[in-house]
Amino acid sequence: MRIGLFATCLGDTLFPDAVKATAVLLTRLGHQVAFPPGQTCCGQMHVNTGYQREPVPLVRNFAEQFGDPSIDAVVLPSGSCAGSVRHQHGIVAERYGDAGLVDGVAKVRAKTYELSELLVDVLEVTDVGAYFPHRVTYHPTCHSLRMLRVGEKPLRLLRAVEGIDLVELPEADACCGFGGTFALKNAETSSAMLADKMRHVAETGAAVCTAGDSSCLMHIGGGLSRIASDTRTLHLAQILAATRTSPYALAEAAR
Amino acid sequence: MSSTFLGMPAAPPRSPYGTGNLRGEQKFPKAAHGELRNEQLRSNLGKATRTIRAKRLAVTGELPDWERLRDAGSAIKTDTMNRLPELLEELERRVTERGGTVHWARDGAEANEIVTRLVKATGSEEVIKVKSMATQEIGLNEHLEAEGIRPHETDLAELIVQLAHDRPSHILVPAIHRNREEIRRIFLKEIPGVDPHLDSVPAHLAAAARAYLREQFMTTKVALSGANFGIAETGTLSVVESEGNGRMCLTMPETLISVMGIEKVLPRFADLEVFLQLLPRSSTGERMNPYTSMWTGVTPGDGPQEFHLVLLDNGRTAALADKVGREALNCIRCSACLNVCPVYERTGGHSYGSTYPGPIGAVLTPQLAGMHAAKDDPNSSLPYASSLCGACFDACPVKIDIPSLLVELRHQNTEESGTTAEKTAMKAAASLMKRPKLYTKAQKASRAGRLMAGKDGKLSHLPPPFNGWSATRDVSEPPKQTFREWFASPEGQAELRAAAPQDDEGKEEDR
Ligand code: SF4
Repeated sequence: MRIGLFATCLGDTLFPDAVKATAVLLTRLGHQVAFPPGQTCCGQMHVNTGYQREPVPLVRNFAEQFGDPSIDAVVLPSGSCAGSVRHQHGIVAERYGDAGLVDGVAKVRAKTYELSELLVDVLEVTDVGAYFPHRVTYHPTCHSLRMLRVGEKPLRLLRAVEGIDLVELPEADACCGFGGTFALKNAETSSAMLADKMRHVAETGAAVCTAGDSSCLMHIGGGLSRIASDTRTLHLAQILAATRTSPYALAEAAR
Repeated sequence: MSSTFLGMPAAPPRSPYGTGNLRGEQKFPKAAHGELRNEQLRSNLGKATRTIRAKRLAVTGELPDWERLRDAGSAIKTDTMNRLPELLEELERRVTERGGTVHWARDGAEANEIVTRLVKATGSEEVIKVKSMATQEIGLNEHLEAEGIRPHETDLAELIVQLAHDRPSHILVPAIHRNREEIRRIFLKEIPGVDPHLDSVPAHLAAAARAYLREQFMTTKVALSGANFGIAETGTLSVVESEGNGRMCLTMPETLISVMGIEKVLPRFADLEVFLQLLPRSSTGERMNPYTSMWTGVTPGDGPQEFHLVLLDNGRTAALADKVGREALNCIRCSACLNVCPVYERTGGHSYGSTYPGPIGAVLTPQLAGMHAAKDDPNSSLPYASSLCGACFDACPVKIDIPSLLVELRHQNTEESGTTAEKTAMKAAASLMKRPKLYTKAQKASRAGRLMAGKDGKLSHLPPPFNGWSATRDVSEPPKQTFREWFASPEGQAELRAAAPQDDEGKEEDR
């Protein structure tokens, strides 16, 4: 399959390791990864902060970059960006775009997937041949859980990882408090939510807290770093990309 | 939009916004600042919301048709909003036929005047009250007091709030922010003739309140209530409650005056079948609430012999005009969205500054009272009081998509706000991101952040508006190479080639 990879602006700029892991994983599974170089940002931050005119060119760019029919599926290693493409691009296009944009958005939306959806639903794999001999806890992230409804898919992928010690996160479905500009506009409430999430992560004794979204991980990881926790954050793709021949070196890892 | 431009159509006259307790004094983050430090509040709220969440999940999970009930509830409410005028007129006809009197109130002030006039006509200087959000919204108690009429709340939690000269902080559990010891002190100070040795055992507190309330039920001739439902088909009004104190108010006095928001009307009596399943299970987590009262006009020789229904608009028509926002009018005030909300759980209800707190308050309040209807309007901060986690949408028995409504109201807010620093920044960000070449340059520039980082590669202090972030969270320095640089590099391509399965596995052909 020829899979279009949307790195997301955050992944491309600040968390490239998660995107690299996505590319490596899909290649390892025998697929061709295409990276349209004109891609930038999905516009989620704009829409969620109340701006719908400004992201029109971003929505258009996404539809153009990935509209190419030779791309069979588009993958986003981010639940919230995938949610934006699936639920918000249509709203923006209807309101401030034109008929062509509405059409383009609908076409590309139909083949856009978050990573765990692509693997389980489209590529029909749960055992991706990964090896990760560490204690891991999984935070489901709100947009993956409630907007995309990925359900158990990420957990099914993790359970199939060789050597993993997967422990359940207490109150896993509670929001970590990120919420994009919410973390700035309501920083204190966001911090109070983060404190509870970190307490639950600590209760698991996990070496790694994973999720399918670098933005939530940036939030949780930033908090864990501040309290000098032993637990670090890692994107789901990085765990799934690790193998026996090319294992993930946890100790020397840079955040 | 039409392709023939016929000149700018004049905007239709906008229905007025509501008045009353629909606006706080400060914006949400500021109001929350104090509440977040209130340990008592956080622990009470944490315990109470967790308990009720578990109960709700148990009683909604046991119904095989729960999702279909939610769909039915949503469909009935949507149908109701689409033909509200005719249903309200039908309700008025039926209530009148059965001996009641219907009054129409444009806003809170008008409703307060109507109720005051009706109470004065009876000659009574006291009224007993059933727990009601609508009368809270319009500040009826304060108005009556100013007119020399004493309102007595009879719901236990409302009574505590009233005796403490406080404001409710939860739709269903108004005194959720108080503990037993505080309640004991309030009773000792405010209930005349209470046993001075009263302790804080819940049963003893309840007994003290009961003795006090009995007196009011036996002597007061006028009662005020709200309504959970008003049935257009039959003219029947309904109140659901737990304690039975509402039932006392609805049956014992000579005169009953009910204030009902116009969105509470339902088309048919049979619709109750859906809502009397949805409401108790979602609100208290019970299969059925203990007391469901229904009354239709006046029944000679049984119950109040004079009945008035005050239909309250107070901004509802303004909300109805918004085809996205009107979904918030479907709310049946079960409070499930409050109980699952991580923001509400930590900030409490007072931070919202309105009668309606929590997720539903954040969408309903701005619609009823506007976001730019007061100076530096605190209501404009309400749609941002959410991380958009979506727990409210999942819990709502009538499937109100609260996160989408919040995003919609945020959009309305930015459209109404003119030029702001934030808008300028958003425009700048978008115009950068729509030009991949410029964007790539900016990515490189972001590496300047590496210079600001400490030896450990972390940034711990950021300038405004990011200082709120860096108060509790580190930021790691930007990496040496972006993903696109890696992907375009020979090393990146080599790494991918090495990861690809060998030809002999036969997978290469799929590529
Ligand atoms: S919005 Fe839904 S969940 Fe919230 S109080 Fe109203 S009906 Fe209940």
